[in-house]
Amino acid sequence: MGAIITLCILGILLLYLGLFKMNKALLPVALVGLLVALGFTLSAWNTDAAPLYNGMVVFDRYALSFSALCIVVTALILLLSKEYFRNISEHIAEYYCLIIFSLTGALLVNAYHNFAMLFVGIEIMSVALYILVGIRKSDFASNEAALKYFLMGAFSTGFLLFGITLMYGASGTFDLGALRNYVTSAETVSPLFYGGVLLMLCGLCFKVGVAPFHFWTPDVYDGAPILITSFMSTVVKIASFVGFLRLFSTALVPLDAFWTPVLLTIVIITLFVGNASALLQSSFKRMMAYSSISHAGYMLFAIVVIGKNSVPSIFVYATAYALASVIAFAALILVKRMSGSDQFESFNGLAKRAPWLAFALTIAMLSLAGIPLTAGFIGKFMMFNNVMGSYNVTLLVLAAINAAVAVYYYLHVVVCMYFKNAEGAHAGHTTMMPAPINYKVVLGVAAVLTIVLGVYPDLLLVLFGG
Amino acid sequence: MNNLFILLLVPIVSAIVLCFVKNAGIAKWLALAASLLEIGLSVPFLCAFTPDASVQFEQGWTWIASLGIQFHIGIDGISLPLVLLTNGLVPLIVLSSFGKSYKGNFFALVSFMQAGLLLVFMALDGFTFYVGWEAALIPIYFICALWGGGDRIRINLKFFIYTFFGSLLMLVALVFLYNQGDTRSLEWDTLVALQLPESTQRWIFWAFFLAFAIKIPIFPFHTWQPDTYTHAPAAGTMLLAGIMLKMGVYGLIRWLLPIAPFGVLAYSNVIMVLCVIGIVYASVIAFKQQDAKRLVAYSSIAHVGLISAGVISWHEEGLQGAIIQMVNHGLSVVGLFFIIDILQERTGSRNLSDLGGLAHRMPRLAAMFLIILMGAVGLPLTNGFIGEFLLLKGLFDYNLWYAAVGGLTLILGAVYMLRFYQKAMLGPSQERYIVADIRGHEVAVLAVIVFFTLFLGVWPRAVLHLSEASVTNLLNQIKF
Repeated sequence: MGAIITLCILGILLLYLGLFKMNKALLPVALVGLLVALGFTLSAWNTDAAPLYNGMVVFDRYALSFSALCIVVTALILLLSKEYFRNISEHIAEYYCLIIFSLTGALLVNAYHNFAMLFVGIEIMSVALYILVGIRKSDFASNEAALKYFLMGAFSTGFLLFGITLMYGASGTFDLGALRNYVTSAETVSPLFYGGVLLMLCGLCFKVGVAPFHFWTPDVYDGAPILITSFMSTVVKIASFVGFLRLFSTALVPLDAFWTPVLLTIVIITLFVGNASALLQSSFKRMMAYSSISHAGYMLFAIVVIGKNSVPSIFVYATAYALASVIAFAALILVKRMSGSDQFESFNGLAKRAPWLAFALTIAMLSLAGIPLTAGFIGKFMMFNNVMGSYNVTLLVLAAINAAVAVYYYLHVVVCMYFKNAEGAHAGHTTMMPAPINYKVVLGVAAVLTIVLGVYPDLLLVLFGG
Repeated sequence: MNNLFILLLVPIVSAIVLCFVKNAGIAKWLALAASLLEIGLSVPFLCAFTPDASVQFEQGWTWIASLGIQFHIGIDGISLPLVLLTNGLVPLIVLSSFGKSYKGNFFALVSFMQAGLLLVFMALDGFTFYVGWEAALIPIYFICALWGGGDRIRINLKFFIYTFFGSLLMLVALVFLYNQGDTRSLEWDTLVALQLPESTQRWIFWAFFLAFAIKIPIFPFHTWQPDTYTHAPAAGTMLLAGIMLKMGVYGLIRWLLPIAPFGVLAYSNVIMVLCVIGIVYASVIAFKQQDAKRLVAYSSIAHVGLISAGVISWHEEGLQGAIIQMVNHGLSVVGLFFIIDILQERTGSRNLSDLGGLAHRMPRLAAMFLIILMGAVGLPLTNGFIGEFLLLKGLFDYNLWYAAVGGLTLILGAVYMLRFYQKAMLGPSQERYIVADIRGHEVAVLAVIVFFTLFLGVWPRAVLHLSEASVTNLLNQIKF
């Protein structure tokens, strides 16, 4: 709880700093605040994890580990913001405070134990994002993305609320524990409740962006400023998954015969839609958007096959995915700053101009593709393992086919960086504008972590006690 | 010093160091020193190895405790020849690139690949094996695509995705096996002891087999191979043909036979037919090639077809033949690709119609070329003879007809190889070339290969006695 309070205060503090034109202090203050929040999160690690405040929130290991992950990723993204925000707006305090508020919402979603908190958390998280997506007021793409995101977000919140209402109507409670009792003890679960489960499923699928509820994702990810895209595709996506998983693993497991086929269909559609569309993209940013859809599909495996391994596997997968995405978007910012384009062509010849940047991006792409010795492989191995535990081989073969397809578009950018030479406008540049020190730190940390977790994943897995 | 891990550590450390070496002159000497150190360190293992069926020099650590995964390596009679082959060929490959001006990053990739290959040959845990399997693929992809020629981007992407798809099928099989036992484990011992039902073994067979067959490659999964071999840089082709394809054959012996014996039994006829078709088909195509590199690439498909058939034949002679022939094929194919590289460098072409009459100008090369060629063809007293003899014996015990058709490889091999020699070295001299004979590092590389070609031809027991007990044990261990 300390972390959430810290973040609320931090957000307001950042607004005041902006008011008094102390723009230089924004980043240090935000980082210190995040550190304090991280400290609170970790210090609560071994305490008794009973639901607090009349069962509103619960800070168990599950919530705390994902909260820590969200905070760390946010810190990495904020580190990238130093140069970035100044170029697109004057009111930079708003960015920091909105991102922090959105993170607060994410932490609430991680820890909810009551539908009221789930709703409040999702709204805090999303409303801040609606603004952030459209923050480049003069840019049409940004405006369009914000409108799309807002409409779709409102729509999905409607589904979510309607689902909550139906479930409440059937069971008479918002509390996850009570819901579980209802599901296990009621002689016949009311049909209303099933309707509620389906509607919640739709609402949450909208939020995590899986097919066929994914149509907003590419446009919004494409239109939003790159840093905001990276925040959305990591922190927000992870938090939504955590909420998703908590609902189904705590309350709805006894009904799995009902929702598993639905979710399974969604997973398969998502994998194929995400991968097939990513294949066709000519823009790196859009490719990352579609790849985030297919990764959401892999992460859904953990929910389809709920068991004791769900949480560790989704945690490892999410960590690997977040680290790789941060690298990818940081590299994209640097490349776009020089070439002005986020097409694959602007990566041509990058290995010669900026060998370390190219190397870090290669590690990220290999991790996303799930090649051994990167964190992504461990995530994929655990996911596959989950699926194999309870399902037949066919599903796994489908997943493997998709993983093979994915290699094609992840290697596309590697091919551009290493095997193609820059042409046209920036052919003459032999060296790239040197990356600012904060980018070097973020890229270095994320790349090293990707390798370290790939070689020795026990560092993370030990959190969940084996 | 008999800690096996040190053999993995040396190439990894040298790869990291070489990353930072920009100077081509320093890089190549450093790479050579590291690879010589590695072969030097392998010698004590050879001396301390007792040729019985046991797994020796085992090293095991818990890798991922919560998943029950071990880092487990060790050497037995089947893996020792391949470990020595890898460590022996890498210095030759490094030395063969002395004429080029590769920077440190090239040799770093070679060293890293060496570590991956060694991990594959030493692994006694499925996870360890898979990590090595993929770790060897990444560097060779970069070597081929960065320094290759032709349509290198498209060709190597095809190669990568093709082999990666195979690996993923193997991963599916491994994950399945991981979930079968009472305790979650991918240890080789555990997997072999599983005794899966016959129907399960059938699909497990295909999942593993496709991964290995693509790597080897066995007809009809060979379509990536000729292009990749032809357009890779010389050192890349040597790594691919000399060592990497042995990963696939080794996988067949080490993992496929003991884990899915019923699958092998059920489909051995199908595989046999594929191998035999591959032998004849690739030999015929090799005969029609004008590009020398492509010719040797196709000849490689024919040779590995016979090796795989020997493995699938499931007789002691066949398996023994496969092991010694892997070593032989590694030696001869590295020699042949190096000779082609020398010819191309001297004359600017590797097209057979452009070459001719070089024997007069390059007598040393001509002599060494002939010996290596005879080894590849399988002439008695060269290394190829004993390998092909054993393989055909294994095939013969399996089925007379497969042996009869597979035996064509001897005749066809002689035909296309001798045609290669004749077109390149004999005939009227092409006056427009001003070529010098081989010298320095070129002589050194070829001399080593020639020495081992003759040595193993005269005394094949040097390899065979290492693997004999392990092969017998493997065949006895497989239970139905």
